[in-house]
Amino acid sequence: MSGAKEGAELRLVTPGEAIGASTGVRAGTGTLIMGDNIIATKVGWVKEYNGVTSVDPIHSAYMPRSGDLVIGVVESVRNNLWFADVNGPFNGLLPMSLAPWKVEFGAAREQMDIGDVMLARVQEVDEAHNIVLTMKGVGLRRLKEGIMSEISMNHISRLRGEGDSILRSLKEVSDCRIIVAENGRVWVDGDADGIAFMRTVIDLVRNEGHKATFNASIEALIENRRNA
Amino acid sequence: MGGYGDVKLLRDDGLRLDGRKVDEMREVQVEAGILPAADGSAWVKHGLNVAVCAVYGPMEAHPRKIQRQDRAVIDVRYNMAPFSTSDRIRPGFNRRSREISKVTAEALESVVLVERYPRSKIRVEIEILAAEAGTRCVGITAAAVALADAGIPMRDMIVGVASGKIEDTVVLDLDKAEDNYGQADLPMGILPTTGEIAFLQMDGDLSVEEYNTCMEYNMKAAKEIHVLMIDALKRRYAEKNGGES
Repeated sequence: MSGAKEGAELRLVTPGEAIGASTGVRAGTGTLIMGDNIIATKVGWVKEYNGVTSVDPIHSAYMPRSGDLVIGVVESVRNNLWFADVNGPFNGLLPMSLAPWKVEFGAAREQMDIGDVMLARVQEVDEAHNIVLTMKGVGLRRLKEGIMSEISMNHISRLRGEGDSILRSLKEVSDCRIIVAENGRVWVDGDADGIAFMRTVIDLVRNEGHKATFNASIEALIENRRNA
Repeated sequence: MGGYGDVKLLRDDGLRLDGRKVDEMREVQVEAGILPAADGSAWVKHGLNVAVCAVYGPMEAHPRKIQRQDRAVIDVRYNMAPFSTSDRIRPGFNRRSREISKVTAEALESVVLVERYPRSKIRVEIEILAAEAGTRCVGITAAAVALADAGIPMRDMIVGVASGKIEDTVVLDLDKAEDNYGQADLPMGILPTTGEIAFLQMDGDLSVEEYNTCMEYNMKAAKEIHVLMIDALKRRYAEKNGGES
């Protein structure tokens, strides 16, 4: 439960709602200081941690940060670079120098064409929000098989669980390879039965990921499959 | 001064044609998150007006010439469905919808923290399914809820409300007859927590006193609608015992 106070009454706020006085606390993400008050700028749960008041948003867009593991879909190809949709406000750019292959100028399409999916890492985000991707690194590759689906940003930690515990159990019971990328995309590969199970899991995350009962529901699902 | 001839808009007992008092609003209902494909969405019913709003983004602004280096642009498309009024409306953009799209975008830009998303675009689609005077206000209210639902950071949730004048009497929230045959109309976009005004248009003439009464009515109505908007957003997410974060 990502740092929120255990057992404490969690407070749901909406944009413009005053969370409390601004004296003695710092305004974290999802908040703004206006006059003497800290106000929320998003719909979410209030979180107070180490003197920082912030709002854990219920919905938010992906904002790339350097080092993030992302799943991108190639949107356009130039002679020596690829542009990939990384589920963010801007396309990521993958230059030939950061790709795992060495191909001739103009032959980029032969390695990866429009619509192909890649597992990449964000190398750099500059102040103008230009995103540079890299595929040089352990495990970074073109994803040729399996399924890809999207979940909401704030559900990523729910799907992973405390210290990746839920994700580990899911991998074990579904017998699938699963990658939950930082940009809200999930890649699953395995046999048809395992993929079908993972589809139900992802549907559960989408529909109930924000609920308090989510952990119990997903553990029941895992337990069911384990006993089946 | 009766606007159009002798249309009677106030009854002898001081109530309006539909039985409302002068400072009474039509019934308002708000729902958040009704469209699964959109990043955020809302449905607002205000009297007989029905508006649906979908929000997408922030996304890369295309064409590139509309990009702003220091902030996001808000691209609003206000549209009335052909079946929304008694006369069929020719589908597509017209001068009126273009104007309303522009003023709505400017009103929303003053509350959305656009500087957080340079060079990007936030798409807001407002569709009026049924119209009965005051659709621009309903559209703004729906857009505010949809933006909040989409997780776009905002200073406040803007509320659209209108007052006007019929038979030399100031009334809150004009219906169709009052809008068509009344003397003045004053739609506003209000930030309910601070009382700021982000959008104001006036059609017809109002004296200073009448204007002040309209303001008072609008502020009161905005606070009422704001409660419903918050309730709609909380209803969508809150669990009985509070969810985990």
